[in-house]
Amino acid sequence: MTAFAGRLSDARWTAARSVGIAGIILGTIAFWLALPPLTSRTELLPIAIGIVAIAAGIWSWSRDERRIGGGAAMAGLLGILLGVAANQSSVENLDQVVVWSALLAATLRYATPLTYAAIGGLYCERAGVINVALEGMLLTGAYFGIFGAIESSSWAGKWAWVVGILFAAAAGMAMATVHAVWAIHFKVDQIISGTAINFLALGITGYLFINRYGDTGTPGDVPDYGIPDVHLHFLQDWYFIGPIFGQLNLMIWLSFVLLIGTYIFVFRTPYGLRLRSVGEHPRAADTVGISVYRVRYIAVIASGGIAAMGGAYLSLGFVHSFNENMTAGTGFIGLAALVFGKWRPFPTYAAALLFGFSSALADRLPTAYGNQWGTLFQALPYLLTLIAVAGVIGRSIGPAAAGRPYVKQ
Amino acid sequence: MSGADDNVELASSQDDVSQLEGTLGPAPSTHFASRFDGFTGIIAPVLTTILAFLVGGLVVALTGKNPIKVYHAVWNGTGLNWFFHVGSYTARIPFTTAHMWFPWDTASIAAQNLQQTLLITTPIILTGLAVAFPFRCGLFNIGGQGQYLVGTIFAVWLGTSFSGLNPFLHVLLVLLAGAVAGAFYAGIAGILKATVGAHEVISTIMLNWIAVWVGAYLFGQGGPLQGSQPAIPISNDIVEGAKLPVFWGLKLLQGLSVGIFIAIAMLVVYWIVINRTTLGYEVRAVGFNPESARYSGISVARNYFLAMAIAGGFAGLGGALDITGWQYRIGENDIHASTIGFIGLAAALLGRNTALGVGLASLLFGALINGTSGRQLDPSIFRPDLAGNLTTIIQGLVILFVGLNLGGLLIWLRKRFST
Repeated sequence: MTAFAGRLSDARWTAARSVGIAGIILGTIAFWLALPPLTSRTELLPIAIGIVAIAAGIWSWSRDERRIGGGAAMAGLLGILLGVAANQSSVENLDQVVVWSALLAATLRYATPLTYAAIGGLYCERAGVINVALEGMLLTGAYFGIFGAIESSSWAGKWAWVVGILFAAAAGMAMATVHAVWAIHFKVDQIISGTAINFLALGITGYLFINRYGDTGTPGDVPDYGIPDVHLHFLQDWYFIGPIFGQLNLMIWLSFVLLIGTYIFVFRTPYGLRLRSVGEHPRAADTVGISVYRVRYIAVIASGGIAAMGGAYLSLGFVHSFNENMTAGTGFIGLAALVFGKWRPFPTYAAALLFGFSSALADRLPTAYGNQWGTLFQALPYLLTLIAVAGVIGRSIGPAAAGRPYVKQ
Repeated sequence: MSGADDNVELASSQDDVSQLEGTLGPAPSTHFASRFDGFTGIIAPVLTTILAFLVGGLVVALTGKNPIKVYHAVWNGTGLNWFFHVGSYTARIPFTTAHMWFPWDTASIAAQNLQQTLLITTPIILTGLAVAFPFRCGLFNIGGQGQYLVGTIFAVWLGTSFSGLNPFLHVLLVLLAGAVAGAFYAGIAGILKATVGAHEVISTIMLNWIAVWVGAYLFGQGGPLQGSQPAIPISNDIVEGAKLPVFWGLKLLQGLSVGIFIAIAMLVVYWIVINRTTLGYEVRAVGFNPESARYSGISVARNYFLAMAIAGGFAGLGGALDITGWQYRIGENDIHASTIGFIGLAAALLGRNTALGVGLASLLFGALINGTSGRQLDPSIFRPDLAGNLTTIIQGLVILFVGLNLGGLLIWLRKRFST
């Protein structure tokens, strides 16, 4: 055992690099398979291998092998694109490109709730509080977002979505406050209070939904006052980019802002340094005069608000309706992205994009293959994350103090 | 039990403020299992349950319904009122044609409701044990749902094959396969914890969802275990020989199968293993303090793996009992909708990981689920779909309050306000 562990720690530096290089090779293989002499005539193979290559790339990127990791991710992406293009070489290229831009736009749509959940989780866990309640906070945001918009639509008109987002954020923060009080003040095990929040969110949103909209469901005119799309008319005619970025929901653009803002806040400001120090070594942070409890309370409550905004996007900007348990694991994929990206903003976002891509693909696969492959594809994010936490090399390890209540002395 | 007394002692030593804090929550250095030492005993679980039901009633009242009426209707649906109607009846002795005198009416509506409650209680006991056993080893297994699903998948797979096999052997085979499959599945998380130290909470969450989607794939449209009707994403029924015998009520009306006895036997097995075997001793030692256990020559890694694998065996058996006991088939929607593993989590926490506690808490949740189901609850009093969500809220509240150590809190408050 100990010899094994010793070997691991020696191997760690080269491991991230070798995984990245393996990713580059896999990305190349994804393309090569589609070419003569093998000429695999199925899209599934280059896509599957390409996804593994991208995953390997994100993995080694989040472990400080930026160039090689980025290279592997690019190789995987190109492998998928070129491999599929080679498959479809008989079909008109333009059609294909349009489909691909639609797929990438769908990727962004699916990745956005994951991004909000994961970024919310990032604040919480970087401050040393494990948040398995992201799913519940997302669901809370989804219900209260659409509830606020519907109930205010009579007087707020087409701006009702603003009220909705505010409602969602407030409800998510209320949920998160419970988690914060339990985890920080009562020092209850954070997994237990997180699980309780998930149950409460599921029960409360389901109860209120049935009580309010049970017989008819949410009204059909939600798209009129839902979160609007941003139309960039000058972009819309551009080749390939136009169909992706020309018409994106406002919340997707906000998620880009949130991502960059989070990176700057957490890694480039003194407040971010305090946040991270509370999560890594609370005693030391306390010694230099940082209020551990205050930082943790703010971080947990903020995480609830952010995750809930992702839920509001889901109900109010994407699906335009609400159903019992509509998130169905989205929050857990967000948590998976956070773990996979090793608690860092950009790798986490890359993982969210990858998982969003696999969801978008899972949506489209049934039309092409007419069978269950799409369903099986849904398990992919969880499997990749399991491998990431299990990884014999460059394993995902969270903030040092995550999960431990702090007792001031 | 001794834990409640410890709290009193802690609280009575007035001069030490940090010890008073100890009744509210653990110091950061204490190890996982010992964080829960303070709340053994019966007071806190009872207080927790009462408080959860009170808050649940408040939710009902706030939405304009009478909570007392609602809870009364739920109570009648659980079948637990059966015990209060004592009289002079005859009952058939199970598996024979003979009759005997019995103080309760075994054929009443309440009796049928009680059969349903006990059918639901059966898998909750086992998924509860799946949480309780690793808990004693310092591991938090929230993968009971995935392990349960893997058990159901294997039970359906083997239960729909081998028609014509000796029924006893077939049932035994199906139950064993479910348990072994669950054990292997949880063993993945156990091995990862034991070898590379991967956090079991993250890995079991991931394993849960992998099981959900693989199950949805297997039983969905065009999946390999989908039944003979191509348009319906539901498996075939398991063959007659793979079904557990029904000993109370009619098979057609979902009578109670002997699975409940297997579940109760597993509670006894759990008690014996934890309290009377070397394995249980080692598991508890690792749970109290892995470092000192390692120092005294106990293999921590081995116990981590075994605790998870045994837990998975319990949960997988629970899945197999559910299939062989009354469900007989499984559909894609059931895979997505099932929450038995998480209810087991609530039962284990409420029952404080003791055999008796898990059994009683499972009965509570089984009764609650059955009493609020669409089949039992009178829709003119309360909508069953609302009641189902009320059940989820109460579960959440129980988990929330159970961590609070209400008994200790009460003592602490009394101390604080009396001085």
